[in-house]
Amino acid sequence: MSGLSQQPWIELRDVDFSYGPDRPVLAGCNLRLQPGQRLALEGANGSGKTTLLHLIVGLLRPAGGAIEVFGKPRVAEADFHEVRRRVGLVFQDADDQLFCPTVAEDVAFGPLNLGKPRDEVRGIVSRTLDALGLAGYERRITYRLSGGEKRLVALATVLAMSPDVLLLDEPAATLDDQAVARLIEVLAALPQAMLVVSHQPAFRRAVTQGTLRLQNGRIEVV
Amino acid sequence: MHDHAAHHDTPHALGPASCGPSYLGRVDPRVRVVAAVAFAVAVAAAHSLATAAAALGVALLALGLARISPSAVLRRIVPLEIVILLVALVLPWTAGRSAAQAPGWGAGCDHAALLAAAIALKANAIVLGLLALLGGMEAATLGHALAHLRVPQKLVHLLLMTTGYLEVLRREYGRLRGAMRVRCFRPRVSGHTYRTYGYLVGMLLVRSFERAERVLAAMKCRGFRGRFYLLDHFSFVCRRDVPFSLAAAAVLAALVALECL
Repeated sequence: MSGLSQQPWIELRDVDFSYGPDRPVLAGCNLRLQPGQRLALEGANGSGKTTLLHLIVGLLRPAGGAIEVFGKPRVAEADFHEVRRRVGLVFQDADDQLFCPTVAEDVAFGPLNLGKPRDEVRGIVSRTLDALGLAGYERRITYRLSGGEKRLVALATVLAMSPDVLLLDEPAATLDDQAVARLIEVLAALPQAMLVVSHQPAFRRAVTQGTLRLQNGRIEVV
Repeated sequence: MHDHAAHHDTPHALGPASCGPSYLGRVDPRVRVVAAVAFAVAVAAAHSLATAAAALGVALLALGLARISPSAVLRRIVPLEIVILLVALVLPWTAGRSAAQAPGWGAGCDHAALLAAAIALKANAIVLGLLALLGGMEAATLGHALAHLRVPQKLVHLLLMTTGYLEVLRREYGRLRGAMRVRCFRPRVSGHTYRTYGYLVGMLLVRSFERAERVLAAMKCRGFRGRFYLLDHFSFVCRRDVPFSLAAAAVLAALVALECL
């Protein structure tokens, strides 16, 4: 963990979260992600990994503690609009992410929401798809793609917004070896900082610089 | 989590019905939607049998131009024919008849027979016409055409999301059914069966609701704030679309003229 003097991009301090009194998930959870850093996050099922990612982008709000992203405390919904523009979350199930009829529209959805003009968005779409080896997929119907293709398109929908940080929720979980190898190749070539939830040690080693473990509501460095 | 490969190669139930590029398939989708709606309204409003028969002829001709596969036509038209048959069977009891006449089909049912013929001709003409003009279209294209024709955005997106997530729901249903079958569930007439189906439907509803929440969350992560933007726009190509528009208008005018004669 170099550059501790630097301002971290994402910082969680003593964050508590529970889904009701009988399901506490996070208790006094601390996390720091430095600019350009790539960290993996592991932990048992139900330990709160997905919850943690959702807290960072403000889909859930903590019961206690502080969330700072890009040096600013984030509390209200409006605070998280900027966070979501610069921090891209790729969901665990690509079917949750892909809701537009065609690949091009799904990739264009984010940039259009950011108010970019259509001509520019068209360029972004083809550049993003090219970069992921998905050239020619523009007119494909999203719900007829294979599992591996859906995963890459879901990544493309987030990359099209050119985020500074990627939060990936079990990106390799449902993929075969070939698709995993392709995903590793794609991720390794990206410039973004990353927080990657993964149960696969080999995948974590190939994509990230270090692993954190989420246990009993806290994060430990492995 | 789930196996996509098994479903990947099977044609989708909502997919287009045409078996290749056709003349009609290349016409601007907006023009086709307008033509289909105008045709349906004109036929539905017609009273004479001659108009209805002519409209059916036009629809069959269009079906040929659209190169819709005969099996797709059959699959889509059989339910309609069953309904028409049922309507025709009960018509003598429901349509006006003279008091002296015996109930049911028999002598003196000319009025009911004419009515049944008109219903059959008109319904088939409309369904085949719609199939020819819109059946070869992806749901996505139809949605876009409607959006560009200023149909309310919420309806369009309801249509698009429904078609998109129907497949996801179908897979979810398949998984649940599979999970039931591997534990030796066989439907019988019993409380256990009804309760199990209740659980199945309930679980589908709950899961769909949760998926809807996750989809919305994913949309918010990409900056969604309640507005949809359309990326594509169709182009009205004069050499291709003007002749079709003129022909469609001429056919409609002919049908109206036939009706007024």
